[in-house]
Amino acid sequence: MNALKSFWKNIASLWSLIVGLQVTGKAFCGPQVTVHYPRQTVGPEGLEGFRGHMELVPSVKDPAIPKCISCMMCATSCPSKCLTVVKQKEPKPTEEQLKAMAEAEARGEKVKKLSAPKNPAQFIYDFSLCSFCNTCVENCPVGSIRFTTNVYFATTNKADLQMNLVERLAKQAASGKTVPGEKPKKAAKTETAQSEA
Amino acid sequence: MTRTINPDYIRGDLYTQRFEQGKRENTLILNMGPQHPSTHGVLRVVLEMDGEYIVRAEPVLGYLHRMHEKMAEVKSYVGFMPNMGRVDYLHPLAWNWSYAGAVERLAGIEVPRRAEFLRVIATELNRISSHLLWWGAYLLDLGAFTPIMYAFEDREILMDILQRPTGARLTYSYFRLGGVGADMDERCLRQILDFVPYLRKKLPVYKDLVTDNVILRKRLEGVGDMDVDMCRRYGATGPILRGAGLASDTRLNETYSVYNEIDFDIPSFPETDAMARYMVRIREIEESLKIVEQAVAMIPEGEILIKGAPKPNWKAPAGEAYFATEGARGKVGVWVVSDGGKSPYRIKLRAPGFSNLSLFAEASQGTLLADAVAIMGSIDMVIPEIDR
Repeated sequence: MNALKSFWKNIASLWSLIVGLQVTGKAFCGPQVTVHYPRQTVGPEGLEGFRGHMELVPSVKDPAIPKCISCMMCATSCPSKCLTVVKQKEPKPTEEQLKAMAEAEARGEKVKKLSAPKNPAQFIYDFSLCSFCNTCVENCPVGSIRFTTNVYFATTNKADLQMNLVERLAKQAASGKTVPGEKPKKAAKTETAQSEA
Repeated sequence: MTRTINPDYIRGDLYTQRFEQGKRENTLILNMGPQHPSTHGVLRVVLEMDGEYIVRAEPVLGYLHRMHEKMAEVKSYVGFMPNMGRVDYLHPLAWNWSYAGAVERLAGIEVPRRAEFLRVIATELNRISSHLLWWGAYLLDLGAFTPIMYAFEDREILMDILQRPTGARLTYSYFRLGGVGADMDERCLRQILDFVPYLRKKLPVYKDLVTDNVILRKRLEGVGDMDVDMCRRYGATGPILRGAGLASDTRLNETYSVYNEIDFDIPSFPETDAMARYMVRIREIEESLKIVEQAVAMIPEGEILIKGAPKPNWKAPAGEAYFATEGARGKVGVWVVSDGGKSPYRIKLRAPGFSNLSLFAEASQGTLLADAVAIMGSIDMVIPEIDR
């Protein structure tokens, strides 16, 4: 009797392995769920919400100049200390302006100094330090920074991780690239991972 | 010229030197880790072996210590949140919640109701993704390669869902003091509702593929006894305690947020072995799906962040507060002490993995080395969390 029991037990055990193989076989015949990266890329809807590196939002008037007013809120609130904002210096007054200022002073009026433009001279972002927490974006009073959905950024050079975002924006504007978000280069071939799954 | 050899080098490092041989003779001292694939990171276990049997095991920690507690003392209250995403990379939202909850309790901040539900949904989805990864990686430890592929297929969908509100795929920093960082729109909630039946359909497949498999059962049943008494002595929580037969869960026993309004069970299995802990986690995935489904149905409209939420230069009132949540590995506790300044005076992180790992040394005594791997995996360790 015992021998019979153990025989049936062994049969049942063996059956569990066959059931497992059935599952594997089914999955083997099923559709592929992965994306072959260099040939295929994930489409923009698959990247929605992803925080890649940061970029500056251009002002409405000039796409080469950011909205930023150099208030330093982002740099001071950043927990990783990855932002450095360099303000612009006051412009040197021309000779005519100096003359006018001297005249005004002679007349006893209050002399108005030339004020520096508000937009930053440099906006350096250290990608290697950033923790993608969104604190800077939430604290920016003018909404001048945002995260790109660039998942393809990779480099072998550490210096590339230090980005001057003002320069980057100016370059983008000069090349006439669409500013809202960077699209992957092979956008034509894109297939979303989800639609495939 | 003769080459001098440092005698300390031959004797091994501090831990090896201090690890004295036991009473028995002819035992072998063996290092498992810190680069052993089954230790999931950099855990090192010094073993005293008698043949293939373990006489003594001693985990050595600290290879991934990152001073999270000390870092809190120089960061602002808001600025410490990204750290919480990096303590336990598999279930970061539980840590997000513990920290946010502790500071909110300290400052007496009421979280909007919609934000509470968003927190529940995101945390439970994160718990499922954590358990799925554990499931795949554990079976990988035991020698089965295929299951991790199935686990990652489902996990990928979860990460896509969580990516839209949280902005990340792994180290989330989604919670804010007084709410959450972003709302889940209609599309996101629909995605979640679509995912629930999808995974429900997948779970029986996993049962056929792995849970009923005779090889797995033979390897896990009766291996690594961790009874309630042992759990109490070491302070083990989470699936280990529930695998020992005690249905204890912070979500219901010390209820927080809106968990008491949601109907779900606490799975517990009295077998105390590795298979019981395995079953607890599989059942927990089902329970989490139940919670997510109800929370999405119950979610009210409204604010997601209180007005006047703490800014980076916010000063917390002096005092101290403790808040515990149920993570995928057990009770996650954060204790915040404030002296009224801009950054915390002291933060203590209570990692469940640290207590749970302590059981390993005792449970693995007298077992085969191959069984020790099965016991270690059934603890579900995340080394960054243990070392903090």
